[in-house]
Amino acid sequence: MSLASETIASLRAKLTRKEITPVDIITDLEAAIIKQNPALHAYLSRDFDSAKRAAESADITLPLGGIPIGFKDNINVRGEPCTCGSKILAENYTATYDATVTTKLRNAGAIPFGRLNCDEFAMGSSTENSAFGPSRNPWDHARVPGGSSGGSASAVAGDIAIATLGSDTGGSIRQPAAFCGLVGLKPTYGTVSRYGLVAFASSLDQIGPMTKTVEDAAILLNHLAGKDTHDSTSLSQGSAGVSPVSDFTANLGKDIKNLRIGLPKEYFAEGIHPQIRDRVQQAVKQLESLGANIEEISLPHTGLGIATYYILAPAEASANLARFDGVRYGHRAIGTNDVLEHYFASRGEGFGPEVKRRILLGTYVLSSGYYDAYYIKAQKARTLIRDDFSAAFMKVDVILSPTSPVPPFRIGEHRDDPLAMYLADAFTVTLNLAGLPGISVPCGFIEEEGKALPVGLQLIGKPHDESTLLRTAHAYEQATEWHKQHPR
Amino acid sequence: MPRYITTIGLEVHAQLNTRSKMFCPCAVEYGAEPNTRTCPVCLGLPGALPVLNLAAIEKTILTGLMLDCRTPDISKWDRKNYFYPDMPKNYQLTQFDQPLCIGGGVPLYELSYPKDAQKTIKNPGKVVKLTRIHLEEDVGKSTHTGAGTLLDFNRAGTPLMEIVSDPDLETAEEAFAYLNSLRQILIYGGVSEADMEKGQMRCDVNISVRPEEQKELGAKIELKNLNSVSAVRRAIHHEVARQTECLERGEKLVQSTRRWDDDRGETQLMRTKEDAHDYRYFPDPDLLPIHTSPILERMRVHKPELPHEKCARFVQDYAVSAYDANVLASEKPLANWFEQAVAADTKVPAKKIANWVINELLGHLNASNATLADSKVTPQALNQLVADVELGKISNNQAKEVFEEMFATGETPVTIIKQKGFEQVSDSGAIEKLCDEVIAANPAKVAEFKAGNDKVLNWMTGQIMKSSSGKANPKVVGDVLRGKLG
Repeated sequence: MSLASETIASLRAKLTRKEITPVDIITDLEAAIIKQNPALHAYLSRDFDSAKRAAESADITLPLGGIPIGFKDNINVRGEPCTCGSKILAENYTATYDATVTTKLRNAGAIPFGRLNCDEFAMGSSTENSAFGPSRNPWDHARVPGGSSGGSASAVAGDIAIATLGSDTGGSIRQPAAFCGLVGLKPTYGTVSRYGLVAFASSLDQIGPMTKTVEDAAILLNHLAGKDTHDSTSLSQGSAGVSPVSDFTANLGKDIKNLRIGLPKEYFAEGIHPQIRDRVQQAVKQLESLGANIEEISLPHTGLGIATYYILAPAEASANLARFDGVRYGHRAIGTNDVLEHYFASRGEGFGPEVKRRILLGTYVLSSGYYDAYYIKAQKARTLIRDDFSAAFMKVDVILSPTSPVPPFRIGEHRDDPLAMYLADAFTVTLNLAGLPGISVPCGFIEEEGKALPVGLQLIGKPHDESTLLRTAHAYEQATEWHKQHPR
Repeated sequence: MPRYITTIGLEVHAQLNTRSKMFCPCAVEYGAEPNTRTCPVCLGLPGALPVLNLAAIEKTILTGLMLDCRTPDISKWDRKNYFYPDMPKNYQLTQFDQPLCIGGGVPLYELSYPKDAQKTIKNPGKVVKLTRIHLEEDVGKSTHTGAGTLLDFNRAGTPLMEIVSDPDLETAEEAFAYLNSLRQILIYGGVSEADMEKGQMRCDVNISVRPEEQKELGAKIELKNLNSVSAVRRAIHHEVARQTECLERGEKLVQSTRRWDDDRGETQLMRTKEDAHDYRYFPDPDLLPIHTSPILERMRVHKPELPHEKCARFVQDYAVSAYDANVLASEKPLANWFEQAVAADTKVPAKKIANWVINELLGHLNASNATLADSKVTPQALNQLVADVELGKISNNQAKEVFEEMFATGETPVTIIKQKGFEQVSDSGAIEKLCDEVIAANPAKVAEFKAGNDKVLNWMTGQIMKSSSGKANPKVVGDVLRGKLG
């Protein structure tokens, strides 16, 4: 079996026992990529030679020594491209610095390997907004892998990556993890430094791991989390309100007896695919049988989530993406006569339609005369959503919902209906708005057009309580066989 | 002809003299090779994030303390959105509705007015009210050439304080005084070098003219490209005249921005309100709000004695005139120098030392285009010199000669007086001998004196000074002569 199908934990065990070398992993990975990537289109680029050199000198005594990690193409790795799935950064931009997560992973011995496709500037739920074309769902190549971190998900699920990093602004880690049958963790806002992650919506963005198992997610989180002096919004473990966790794997394997799990009735209302509802309900029974206490709760402002998100995220994005003007780097239109023309042409040619739509939306809601009605009101709604969760977490330890109300859709299915795609984010965006941690774990399959499609279960934790989240997800995972399945 | 009222408000940008930039560790350095003081943050590279430089907050809060502002407990950052090639992120980090300082004022002193206007100050003792002071990041520098525009991002991200006054000024002279006074205070606090020529202090003027009988303010006209304090004065004079003429002709003034052309001495229209930007301010999500209380408490200790406070103390403690106190307090190093000179020997009258500092030291510095830092004369040496004059050891004119030498060489007065043989003879024995000689040689003059001609005494003193080659103390000579002849 190719080493590419293995987990971080199993490869580390083999490396430590000297059964394999880091070069073996990179070699197997490269072979798998060459074979599978043309169909999956998960990687946009990769540098095999430099990864091999890194593998040759890898220090396997380090905790992640010799483990290749794939990067969503919106996280800076010095000397590599960072296209963000956009034409505007496809030319004339090579990262001049390492993101903090890159540095941290390097320090732990990991090898950054490969740039993974995503929706342009992380705006989308399918990778169809990538300027380089969509990635494919390994379970059904006619379907999307989800997004925006779809390339990161497709690669892990397709066994052409060991584990990858994604970024999650409204569900961009969890939804593709659900669509591809993986584990995807979005940490509490502030847990992982955003320095070097190309910003979409700064108050919502978080980097997180996309892995084959809960254990791998916990291992990676150990090396991603922590206060960073380059990111003012990052928090240190043990600072105000943050419980100090030195090892996120420590509680894995502990039971979940008497754990209180809340089912928000608003998340089980109409609009959920019936088979998804069924799989999630079975998961609830499983958790109950593991000793958890299940109770129904209410998050009354859930309905405001999508509208709130699609005001705040584009507002921030409209400013964040202003720097892509072709003056210092990036796509530069030819033959313009003055600076205004240069801006219009460079940005007009460089950005795709969804990015333009969101910049326009964001510019509009921040405009004088509309600011109070949209931006300020959305901030108030955000507070209500956050308060809902705070109240619920007085009663329960973990909240459970489907990750996505719909299964992976066919490529092109929502091409002309962006709103339908926005609405499918209803269960994930609220966590970003509230800054809460969430994890998606596989909870079964449904049958569509003769193909088995994965279903994801979302667990939501209290702020900074990734530990409980991981313990719960792990207990469920270990009681089931879903994570052991691979697409054919 | 109706009378017109002018209303002026000033927006001053002052570069803080922090060592590093506002949101990254790059050095703030004037005149460095272009684009060598940059990093991913101040170049606005994808993924870079700002991190606050605490020193910039401290200096702004200190400025607020000096100008009697109020600092709210919480202050926050906002993004001001507009596109310009020298602004790397195409938004500027600034403070929109929760600035670091609110209210306060800038006192105008006599000396801060233009020299030719100091005798005709309309509102003596005026304190110009401030609206607010906030902090923001500076942009890069564009240089337009025939071949295109060159961009230097060394300046991008330098901390800038924006000090906004109320529309509380009435004349060009007040604006002039405001800028001088503000500059002086910023330098006193050590927060900014505030040199307008170097762009460390920049000023936009809002000005409106209205007929006296009109209650509401006239159209607000903003003036830009004012590169010196005197340019501000000239531009306001020009603009008041221009706006008044417009109104006289029955034209309606509209809100607009005009550019001052210093060579032509006139303003030109840049844009009217219709093309005004919508900056779409919103809170910056990358920076946390600032909790000011601990910083405010810390900075209280660092608040310096301000120029006007120093003046008052100089008048009180050293019995100098208000004008002289103003001169001495105009620059902190000068004030310190003066006080060191006084402290060197407190028996010497401070007022006398003040005269020497103002007339001789500053006179010589000005004449040789030097600054106090270049001066070879130490405060202790000046005290010594003045003491010698006071004790009658040397005459005033001799002292000036000695000072000349001190200024040129840095030698002590003792040495120079010796070299020049200026030691005055006050020993009455020696003087008596000289007096006796003169009396004996001029019986006719003695007779004249005895007949009531007092002037003869001066003539005889002169003779003795001559025969002592100027060393005799004229006062002692007078006393001795009077005793002998009386």
